Amino acid sequence: MRNAKAIYTIWLRDLIRFSRERSRIVGLLGQPLLYLLIVGNGFASSFHLPYAPPGTSYLQFMYPGIIGMSVLFTAVFSGISIVWDREFGFLKEVLVAPVPRWTVAIGKTLGGSTVAMIQAAILLILAPFVGVHLSPQIVPAILGILFLIAFALTSFGIFVASRMQSMEGFQMIMNFLIMPLFFLSGALFPLRGLPAWMGYLMRIDPLTYGVDALRNVLFASGPLRAVFVQFPIHVDLLVVTGMALVLVGAATIGFNRQT
Amino acid sequence: MSIVAVEDLVKKFKDLTAVDKVGFTVERGEIFGFLGPNGAGKSTTIQMLATLLKPTGGRAWIDGHDTVREQFAVRQSIGLVFQDPSLDGNLTAMENLDFHARLYNVDPKVLPVRRRELLEMVELSDRTRDLVKTFSGGMKRRLEIARGLLHHPAVLFLDEPTVGLDPQTRNHIWTYIRSLRTKGGVTIFLTTHYMDEAENCDRIAIIDHGQIVALDTPAGLKQMVGKDIVNLTSKNVDRLAGEIAERFGLKGNRLDGQLQLETEQGDLFIPRLLAEVGSAVDSVNLHKPTLDDVFLKLTGRAIREESISAGDAMRTMMKRRLR
Ligand SMILES: Nc1ncnc2c1ncn2[C@@H]1O[C@H](COP(=O)(O)OP(=O)(O)OP(=O)(O)O)[C@@H](O)[C@H]1O
Ligand SMILES: [Mg+2]
Repeated sequence: MRNAKAIYTIWLRDLIRFSRERSRIVGLLGQPLLYLLIVGNGFASSFHLPYAPPGTSYLQFMYPGIIGMSVLFTAVFSGISIVWDREFGFLKEVLVAPVPRWTVAIGKTLGGSTVAMIQAAILLILAPFVGVHLSPQIVPAILGILFLIAFALTSFGIFVASRMQSMEGFQMIMNFLIMPLFFLSGALFPLRGLPAWMGYLMRIDPLTYGVDALRNVLFASGPLRAVFVQFPIHVDLLVVTGMALVLVGAATIGFNRQT
Repeated sequence: MSIVAVEDLVKKFKDLTAVDKVGFTVERGEIFGFLGPNGAGKSTTIQMLATLLKPTGGRAWIDGHDTVREQFAVRQSIGLVFQDPSLDGNLTAMENLDFHARLYNVDPKVLPVRRRELLEMVELSDRTRDLVKTFSGGMKRRLEIARGLLHHPAVLFLDEPTVGLDPQTRNHIWTYIRSLRTKGGVTIFLTTHYMDEAENCDRIAIIDHGQIVALDTPAGLKQMVGKDIVNLTSKNVDRLAGEIAERFGLKGNRLDGQLQLETEQGDLFIPRLLAEVGSAVDSVNLHKPTLDDVFLKLTGRAIREESISAGDAMRTMMKRRLR
């Protein structure tokens, strides 16, 4: 009971902070919008998706990937924000409190996941504009998947944060970890017909399965399914859940170790 | 039973011994001070007592709880104000307090009353809904003290509570600290390198290079250095010295053309002196031993408050800038 209260406390703080950081919300929503508008429209006019039936728009393909991207950035940053808390001293207040460290790690994971999920959910409003049909029945499934991805990626961010001494390493992590995770996730181009080495990399990117799960749900019944989706839904869910569990374990252990 | 008991506490960082076999006890209701220069090991000791650092050797108990084996019990019974700021600037004062109250499981029924009392004490009642990042350094410090008391700890640790603050705010903070003692209940353990502040403590441990070099009441410590010193100037120092030797049996030292007398209770001695030989005296200067003198005598070095506090103020300012 007391542990649940601690988890709730940490979660609540992340939500309060999120509701206050207007510029961060705008920034984190603006980025996917820019990608969708510029990259999406740019590619749509010059490239043709392999095997796609006529009338298929690249934007339809890219849309779930962009939602995945929003989750990726928001979730990982939420996790990494622990480094800021350490830098500004607030983390000490948390570490000296009479609650187990794992409750802090879990609270932080849930807080980051919730925030990332809310952000991504806002992007669902765009579905009609990019030619994706969104029926009310599938919205809960999508939110569930978003939460799962966000949970895995926030844990990942916390794990990274527990190994970072300061914000100096941040640019490195951005360039060599987060951007590759994004580009290799199948958000922008499908797995089919790629060089083998890239195919392997894409298969070990947790986000690949998250984005694929979203496509599985969004294009479940249409003719596009065969073109857009790479794995069966149960494989996607299994992999994402597995990754979430492994990563939250790593995050908790990593967080426990730090002083 | 002592509320804080420490036995042979040691902390090594690689080959540096930051805390070297420190032992002492603090009694319930006491204001106990750790006085020492930068790097003496004050914060390291506090962190070990607060379960944040594992000792390399030795043991410590807070309110009877072992700081290594009973971490949660220890954490619940202490309040801690860190040397560096530890508030969330993006939360309001109230939210910072509520966050703390939940983590320390403060009964929601008593929380509003306690919160109000503490905010009144630190004079922040009218700023509860403002973001903490809009607070001045002194306001933040006061809020941290209120937060540290919110769960009614048995011991409140204050690591340099007044560093970088102006004299007026320092006085304020000391008023709260003393009022806590009058109300009873909470024991205060603080560190400082301000000599004048250390005077407010019931007992002081002087720590240098990780070791306690002296532990006593401020008065007791000052007695170690010796008597009060009275400096006199006169047009005819020789004759004055002779007269004083005759009438008071005091043999003075000649120093830079002045006459220096060592005596107990110099403040009482001066009127008597002047009544007898006043006409021959041009000026009088009384120097009572200070903790500075004690520190100098014990370590052979001055603690050099000014340069230290300037550096700290800088560091604190930088931190706040970054926020
Ligand atoms: N995490 C750490 N790793 C390595 N050395 C450390 C660590 N923490 C403290 N030290 C060293 O231990 C010694 C004591 O540091 P401590 O912070 O306890 O001093 P202090 O008395 O609080 O000084 P100040 O007045 O500057 O706050 C210093 O030499 C410091 O460099
Ligand atoms: Mg210190």
